Amino acid sequence: MIRSQRWKGAAFTVPFQLGFAFLYLLPIGYAVYQSLFLQKQSGLGLGGATTEFVGLENYQHGLTDSAFMTSILRVVVFACVQIPFMLLVSLVLALFLDAVSARVAGRFRIVLLVPYMIPGVVAAIVWINLYSPAVGPLTPLGDLFGFDWNFFAPSMVWPAIGNLLTWHGIGYNMVIIYAALQGVPRELFEAARLDGASELRIALSIKIPFVRGALVLTALLSIIQMLQIFNEPALFRNVTPETVSDSFTPIMIIYNQAFNAANYHYAAALSVLLALILGVASFVFYRLTSREAD
Amino acid sequence: MALTENRKENNAQTAAVPPCRRTVRRLTRPDPASRSRGGQRFMLLGLALAGVYSLFPVYWLMIAATKDRVGLYQSNGLWFSGWHLWDNLQQVFTYDGGIFLRWTANSFLYAGVGSLGGTLIALATGYGLARFDFPGRGAVFACVVGSFLIPIALLTLPLYLLFSAIGLVDTPWAMLIPCLINPFSVYLAKVYTEATIPFELLEAARIDGAGELRIFFSIVLRMMTTGGATVFLLAFVNTWNAFFLPLTVLRGEENWTLNLGLYNWIGKRQESGIDVTSLVLTGALLSIIPMAIMMVAMRRYWRTGVTLGALK
Repeated sequence: MIRSQRWKGAAFTVPFQLGFAFLYLLPIGYAVYQSLFLQKQSGLGLGGATTEFVGLENYQHGLTDSAFMTSILRVVVFACVQIPFMLLVSLVLALFLDAVSARVAGRFRIVLLVPYMIPGVVAAIVWINLYSPAVGPLTPLGDLFGFDWNFFAPSMVWPAIGNLLTWHGIGYNMVIIYAALQGVPRELFEAARLDGASELRIALSIKIPFVRGALVLTALLSIIQMLQIFNEPALFRNVTPETVSDSFTPIMIIYNQAFNAANYHYAAALSVLLALILGVASFVFYRLTSREAD
Repeated sequence: MALTENRKENNAQTAAVPPCRRTVRRLTRPDPASRSRGGQRFMLLGLALAGVYSLFPVYWLMIAATKDRVGLYQSNGLWFSGWHLWDNLQQVFTYDGGIFLRWTANSFLYAGVGSLGGTLIALATGYGLARFDFPGRGAVFACVVGSFLIPIALLTLPLYLLFSAIGLVDTPWAMLIPCLINPFSVYLAKVYTEATIPFELLEAARIDGAGELRIFFSIVLRMMTTGGATVFLLAFVNTWNAFFLPLTVLRGEENWTLNLGLYNWIGKRQESGIDVTSLVLTGALLSIIPMAIMMVAMRRYWRTGVTLGALK
């Protein structure tokens, strides 16, 4: 390629590079810089606040902050339950879709994708009302079968949010897994059938190993999303502030530190910590799953 | 393993079969002889249950939007009780001086204009990355992929401070500017360019004397209509659904998005004792409609986008 042409090619990416520098690199750098300072009140706070350089003190504070660590643990435990469950349901549905006739599969695929078309905030609003003892149909339905469930009770908040996320995510994950299933060479199934393999055996030994990549990817995307969960708990908090505290998830803590406690420096340190945790978690997960494949 | 041995044999067999027969066979799957009736029924039942689970909340929402306050609280949630949809709609559109319409317009503005600009930038970047070899190309692509892992809070909070320093907080620009740079769009655009724009074509255009800009605007963009539509659609949906960014950078309610407005309404019921449940529900139903129309109308693009973005 001619030299001048190369630079013209680079020019196509210049708007993006400038924007990326301004909207990604600069904010990250700014957050890291800010995280090294702390606003300190002098005396009784009468003399005004001074900003001091404190080095890694904010990070030290964050790592020993039990509210922050608890929120991370809470989200991780929740992720370990909800993500495998959601992906298992998505996988089973994708296998079902793959096994029924193409016409039926097409119809069900659209029906199962309906939740994905609904914005996350609206989905949460709808489910909060479904759960609501005042207007939702689930409470009378529970009475009918003898369940006395209260979805806004502390023990039910995670199952309630988990159900909401599962409902919202099944269709999307199913479509990705289903698309991967379409790539399995059909000849393999005939060969297996000639060998006398049952449909279940074919699903377990051929189809599932074949869609491993799609499963790893959907799991990774779900993990990244889950560690940053904010919308759903924030909406639940709007309705039941007594069950969902303002330090329920890491991002909620960060948001509150920045905007309600006006402790921006600490919020910056926590968001850098969360980014590091997210990076490490993604890397470890990717490593674990790709080693198994070999 | 018997399975793998047999696979080889079978591959050899199918290779001998003329290609048209193979396509016929693929279309008529599932092979009826090999599947039990019971198994099919079981799977259909499973799919049907999942379908009911998926549709039931939307169904309930539609029913709820037709009820008045008494019906909402006292009648069976699964069936109609009176027809008050028009009253509810009127209430939504006139509440607080018609602020709901304002929010709808804002959502369209941010998602529409932001995604349009973002798509154009993404297509240019994707094209540059896929079809030119310049120093730093690897670094740019590494930034694109690496940014998938950055938590929104890490970007949004400092962005808020930067925007407030230059006076952009609480203006539409605070939403529009971040939408212009979307690494996932760039990633998709690169993949699409690789799939649709042949090097030979670019060479031919260059030999004919076309400048690089002209090649991009009159050849590449035209050939990328499908890819561009997918990128636009996904960016639109993303912005329409955004919550954390508008919550952070938009303070006054005249600039809010639909999501932010509904979030505020659902909280109102708690704080000041007024019941706005039917307002929230009707508003929620209305806010789904543009998304549903968009998704159905552009189904073809969207499907390829979802799967392509995930599988490449």
